[in-house]
Amino acid sequence: MIAYIMCFILFLVGLYGVITRRNLVKIAVSLSIMEISTFLFFALIGYIDGGVAPIVDPADPIKTYVDPLPQALVLTAIVIGLATTAMLMAIIIRLYRKYGTFDIREIKNLRG
Amino acid sequence: MNPILPLFVVTPLLGAFLIMIIGRFVKEFNKYFTSLILLFLACISFYFLFNTGENIFVYKVGGWQPIDKIPIGIYIVMDGFTAIVVCIINLIGFLSAFYSISYMKRYTAENYFYALFCIMIAGMNGVVISGDLFNIFVFLEISVISAYALVAFGVEKNELEASFKYQVLGGIASFLILFGIGFIYWKTKTLNIADIQVAFSSGYDKTYFLFTQVLILSGFGLKAAIIPFHAWLPDAHSSAPSPISAMLSGVLIKAVGIYVIIRLFFNMFVVTEGMSVLITTLGTLSMVIGVFLAIGQWDIKRLLAYHSISQMGYVVLSVGIGMILVARGDKPEVATLAIAGGLFHLVNHAAFKGLLFLNAGAIEYTIGTRNLQEMGGLSKYMPATSATSFVASMSISGIPPFNGFFSKLIIIIACILAKFYLLAALAVIVSIITLASFLKFQRYAFYNKSNINQNIK
Repeated sequence: MIAYIMCFILFLVGLYGVITRRNLVKIAVSLSIMEISTFLFFALIGYIDGGVAPIVDPADPIKTYVDPLPQALVLTAIVIGLATTAMLMAIIIRLYRKYGTFDIREIKNLRG
Repeated sequence: MNPILPLFVVTPLLGAFLIMIIGRFVKEFNKYFTSLILLFLACISFYFLFNTGENIFVYKVGGWQPIDKIPIGIYIVMDGFTAIVVCIINLIGFLSAFYSISYMKRYTAENYFYALFCIMIAGMNGVVISGDLFNIFVFLEISVISAYALVAFGVEKNELEASFKYQVLGGIASFLILFGIGFIYWKTKTLNIADIQVAFSSGYDKTYFLFTQVLILSGFGLKAAIIPFHAWLPDAHSSAPSPISAMLSGVLIKAVGIYVIIRLFFNMFVVTEGMSVLITTLGTLSMVIGVFLAIGQWDIKRLLAYHSISQMGYVVLSVGIGMILVARGDKPEVATLAIAGGLFHLVNHAAFKGLLFLNAGAIEYTIGTRNLQEMGGLSKYMPATSATSFVASMSISGIPPFNGFFSKLIIIIACILAKFYLLAALAVIVSIITLASFLKFQRYAFYNKSNINQNIK
């Protein structure tokens, strides 16, 4: 149970970072932290105490296997996360070229 | 098994691939090929629209048959509601692609534009026809990542800022959704929507159920820009190139936001009264606050973007009323009327909001500004744009012979029959304020004294 609570705290740490940080790169890092906490949660769901890798062994039918589906989901989600992070970083580099700063308080053309 | 179904995802993906390769060597290939693909998809979506009434088409990817009635593998499902939304996506997509043939001439890198456009269509089609929860997430990310790139397509200050805001809020929404999916999988050990419904209807833990519902609602609410989560929408929709604004406002917030909320809360979760009241409240708030934010805007596209929030409020409101009645179990015919009114308004909104954004793009293309105060007397120079924009404005404000009137009428009648008199009154008042706001748009853009003679190209 403690692992699940830690994972949720990690999510909140990321959310706190997104809300309070003023630096664009730090916001991107905080988003990555949130992302990792979600992946960790998925890995925890599939974990079974004493389970082994899910490769079925006909010689030993009573072996416990961990759930393979969340692992497949996490792999897919990591690839998606890579794409979002790359996209975000590309936009941040472009923003830096236009405004000459990473400070979010000075990037406020759009109002109302 | 219907072999046509996967074409909705496969064709645009293939199109994006071919555009990037062949488009380098053959000039003008990208424009006409994109339009052709979307025309083809629109045709087959109309075929499904007229054939899915009673029967539901299912396609099992890879041919994995269920074992002991437990579905394994990925299912693609097409029922009546899906057919309507697929039809909207591909038809509005075709019109936007057709419009961008001349609009995108002033941008460079057209190949990237059309490739991203195709990927966005593939993602939205995938979200709508997918029959399991994780694929909804994957296709949602495909469509929104290309939307982030398309919003920033102008790479000027405003576009980049809007795209950054959209990405941060969209990222938070994605993780909330992923968390929700994780919670659902934890308890039910399945990801197929129909299978999850069976697991939920046999009994559930109340606190866990509420927590999951709130996670899913806030995640997809952020994607759909329902009012407490609306901050990204006006920036993103007003900064994007006009055909993309029409796609985002007319289709994307419906396909990845409203559609998924309706689908999951009706077909997956057990409808509870508390959640229905929450959804109705959010819808009412969007409807009222959205229109008040819209009325002070002078930028045409920002004005239209705020009206999107308000009109989506109508849809959420009427679906919420339907859910309340379903949860209480009384007056099933009024519940049907409310839900049908909401879906009718969804279709109508796609039509008139797409038209309005394309008109705004035409105005911007001709005189080079989006500020209403710098326009005037355009009806002399652009009679076609003036006429179509008049039709769309009257339609969105609910003036009788146009389509917006009938859907709003159905929603208001459903509110009255369900004895929510306050909501009916609010819907009427919001409609009147919408009319005022669009009269301002018409007057300043098309009928005022002209002061832009020298700017006309």
